[in-house]
Amino acid sequence: MENLAALVAASINSGTPLLIAALGLLINERAGVLNLGAEGMMLVAAIAGFAVGYHTHSPLLGFVAGAVAGMLMSSLFAWLTLVLATNQVATGLALSIFGAGLSAFMGQSFVGMSLTTRPTAIPYLADLPFVGVALFSHHWIVYFSLLLCAAIIWFLYRTRAGLVLRSIGESPESAHALGYPVRSIRFAALLFGGACCGVAGAYLSLVYTPMWVEGLVAGRGWIALALTTFATWRPARVLLGALLFGSVTILQFHFQAIGIAIPSQILSMLPYVATIVVLVLISRNPDWIRLNMPASLGKPFRPG
Amino acid sequence: MKFTRRHTLAAALSVAVLSLFGCGKNEEAKPAASAPAAASAPAEKKAEPLHVAFVYVGPVGDAGWTYAHDAARKVAEAKYGDRIKTTFVENVPESAADAERVMRDLASQGNKLIFGTTFGYMEAMLKVAKDFPDVKFEHATGYKTADNLAQYDVRTYEGAYLAGVAAGKLTKSNKLGVVGSVPIPEVLRNINSFTLGAKSVNPKITTKVVWVNKWFDPGKEREAAITLIGQGVDVLMQNTDSAAVVQTAQEKGVYAFGWDSDMSKFGEKAHMAASVIDWSVYYTKRIGDVLDGTWKTGTTWWGLKEGMIDLKAFNASLSDDVKKVIAEKRQGVIDGTAPIWKGPIKDNTGKEVLPKDKVADDKFLHDIIFYVEGVEGKVPG
Amino acid sequence: MAYFSPLLALALTLFFGALLFLALGKNPLTGLQVFLLEPVKSRAAISELLLKTTPLVLTALGLSVCYRANVWNIGAEGQLIAGGIAAGSTILMFDNGAHLLSGGMVLVLASLAGVVGGALWASITALLRDRFNANEILVSLMLTYIAQLLLMYMVNGPLKDPHGMNFPQSRVFSPEFLLPMLVPGSRLHVGFAVMLVATAVMTVFVYRSFAGYRLTVGGLAPLAARYAGFSSRRALWTSLLISGGFAGIAGAFEVSGPIGQVLPSISPGYGFAAIIVAFVGRLNPIGTIFGGLILSLFYLGGEMAQSRLGLPSAITGLFQGMLLFLLLACDTLINYRLRWVAQPQS
Repeated sequence: MENLAALVAASINSGTPLLIAALGLLINERAGVLNLGAEGMMLVAAIAGFAVGYHTHSPLLGFVAGAVAGMLMSSLFAWLTLVLATNQVATGLALSIFGAGLSAFMGQSFVGMSLTTRPTAIPYLADLPFVGVALFSHHWIVYFSLLLCAAIIWFLYRTRAGLVLRSIGESPESAHALGYPVRSIRFAALLFGGACCGVAGAYLSLVYTPMWVEGLVAGRGWIALALTTFATWRPARVLLGALLFGSVTILQFHFQAIGIAIPSQILSMLPYVATIVVLVLISRNPDWIRLNMPASLGKPFRPG
Repeated sequence: MKFTRRHTLAAALSVAVLSLFGCGKNEEAKPAASAPAAASAPAEKKAEPLHVAFVYVGPVGDAGWTYAHDAARKVAEAKYGDRIKTTFVENVPESAADAERVMRDLASQGNKLIFGTTFGYMEAMLKVAKDFPDVKFEHATGYKTADNLAQYDVRTYEGAYLAGVAAGKLTKSNKLGVVGSVPIPEVLRNINSFTLGAKSVNPKITTKVVWVNKWFDPGKEREAAITLIGQGVDVLMQNTDSAAVVQTAQEKGVYAFGWDSDMSKFGEKAHMAASVIDWSVYYTKRIGDVLDGTWKTGTTWWGLKEGMIDLKAFNASLSDDVKKVIAEKRQGVIDGTAPIWKGPIKDNTGKEVLPKDKVADDKFLHDIIFYVEGVEGKVPG
Repeated sequence: MAYFSPLLALALTLFFGALLFLALGKNPLTGLQVFLLEPVKSRAAISELLLKTTPLVLTALGLSVCYRANVWNIGAEGQLIAGGIAAGSTILMFDNGAHLLSGGMVLVLASLAGVVGGALWASITALLRDRFNANEILVSLMLTYIAQLLLMYMVNGPLKDPHGMNFPQSRVFSPEFLLPMLVPGSRLHVGFAVMLVATAVMTVFVYRSFAGYRLTVGGLAPLAARYAGFSSRRALWTSLLISGGFAGIAGAFEVSGPIGQVLPSISPGYGFAAIIVAFVGRLNPIGTIFGGLILSLFYLGGEMAQSRLGLPSAITGLFQGMLLFLLLACDTLINYRLRWVAQPQS
């Protein structure tokens, strides 16, 4: 049983950066902007967070640095796509490629250094059998991500601001006609998305494997993008998706450890195959997608 | 103000042009002098230093494989001072297309001794060696040689064996785990030696292996370590290059060993010892050989005896009697009285692979594609 | 005028690069000289440059078609690998001493296998998008990771050299099954000539053929295209199959050319670099040659900057990323007039 508890805990850990990043991307996409630069933002945030965390010995400051780095990157994207109205897909790709190069460059002097992090155990609850290990002995950022999810659900569906955001995602022209500053709100959404990707990236270099190596993010930014799609842009489903993906990542090693006779390279394909399968299942019904996808996603908005 | 297109273009262009030429006018003379001194100034009477180049597959800061090579390079530099000049190129992928180009470039730049530090460079080095007969090439962990291409390798399995001895003594669950990189004979040999070492002090142990299929991927290494720990493993070993396994062990309260380099700073309580490679023993010798004119091709496989590998950086908490056992076993390997690979040895299907009292030769060691008794599972591929 | 933007972007990239060298404590002019001029100093160096351009341009030719049709194929790397596996397997099948077919025939077969392999891999993306509306960006990217793992599996298993000490790689191909060299003594193989021919063919296709016209309109104005009866479905399949085929043959050439065997890794990211090449080339076949040359220069220059000047290896990626970014910015700045207009009071 404690085996299973450890696996659950590991799956949650593995899914946390995906959750945080995907939530930020969800806000972006709900506002109608598609930022494919998630991978690049996470990478730059990871090195920024590590660098600051290393020099200040404070992981908290590291997370803040990561968030700031993410915001800086996304503001670059925002300026290009909102002010200059460049193609969102190409700009997002450019951001990813640039982020990869920039992070490798910034990280040169930090390779091989280490940090120590301590998981936070919630007192009393952490001693419970099974759930103590599985749920209550994580780093505080894991609990933060759950709070973030709840906050976003509340924001999107219970506040006026959230309603405005969603309406901009559906029809920016109507929102503009009503007098809402569409591009400013989208800018804010992008900044938030950048901050989230930043925190997620910093998590990887500060908590998950407290070190920096080139390419640390290893494609998780792209997975996070996929997550928002197959969660049909709903925060609660993003949580489920992140957990699912985190488990599949762990499972491939678990299958090896218990001796399942499938070649390890094939097992390693599991997370990616799972992503495709779920994407297909979700996208299968075009009406469903049309109902759930923000109508203006990816299209530039030029007022006047 | 109306910022017209013309204004933007003019501004951008003038800035770009100015930066390239304007402020650089008086520096134009400099580039010629900064170019590498392959053809040194004729007036110099001092002997031209030997140019030695190193090609690395990873970054020098990886705290693992490449770090160890670069540390050795620095030792050689310190030893020979003015007589040699070293350069290195890092992050050269194993894909032969790039390696060949880099080697060719280094050879044509006046480097007379080139070290290629990963298996994947073998074919590239063979090709380039043919075209540059007066340049000496040294390839690590491969098997093809030429008149000017030598092979060298380190008996990492001896370090793995000693780590296994420590592991066998430290484990309470009798379950050991290895985070494996790529299922090549070298890694299988290390896993097996680790298991043999543990079994020599604790016959009850079993070893589980999880393959990451990469030499270096901290995230996956961590995940593999977690699954092993979840299976009851309380001592971890790795054949991968990052410190993630040690970090994970520290976090989960189990033991681990550093690999290729001392990784104790990544897990003060967890890091029991490290199997550290010291390439400088070989590098200084070979550089010396070239300087003396006595360099010859060949295959070198050094280990504990020659000082190229050792189990070091013992954790303060390691008890004296464990250290004593390790020291005994170590001496036994060095003086040949207690070789690691001495029969009877069975593989994990029960088949005997080394008969009683027979000591394995290098050829046997190179062909290991089985798991010894005690290792669970089947060899992949 | 259309080429002004990439040129400006390049100039700006070099400007920022010079600043970067300065910040790293190196003479910016030396840095730029090593970066840009060293790779073209000798015949050998130029042949290496052209060699590196080959897979980049081949892949980018296909990607240009895709992006023109507004199909965002990010999985060229995976398609390249699939083509490499297919070609390598074909050569290994015939390279058994039986001399069933001549070296030349086998190479042609292998190249065709590469095209088919890459196209097949891309067709998965096309199918999932066509039947299930799955976003092609995400599917093609996931397939890239899967292709890399598939290659690992193949070299660890079915393609492994039985006499290779259990190392995960195939046999080295016999000399007659390697691509012949265009320039004897160099590594520049016939793939380069194929690339030139392909560029010419694609130029005709995009600018002179009706099929190319359909694709371009479909991308620029999908509604108009539909009104004119251009099937977006056909555009999807055509563009993905073409780009898959091109990436596949690039992979085939890598395996049967400079590499000469099947390794666990046959591409240092050409499929992704080709995306930049396509954009720098304005999605125009002739332009991709220009783009390919620039990016190859960055690759080689970056390597030389390392060994000559001790600059960090991450310079190449940084330059590439900067170039793309600046290109997108320059595009807009050149094509549009910026007007700062006061926001109307609400």
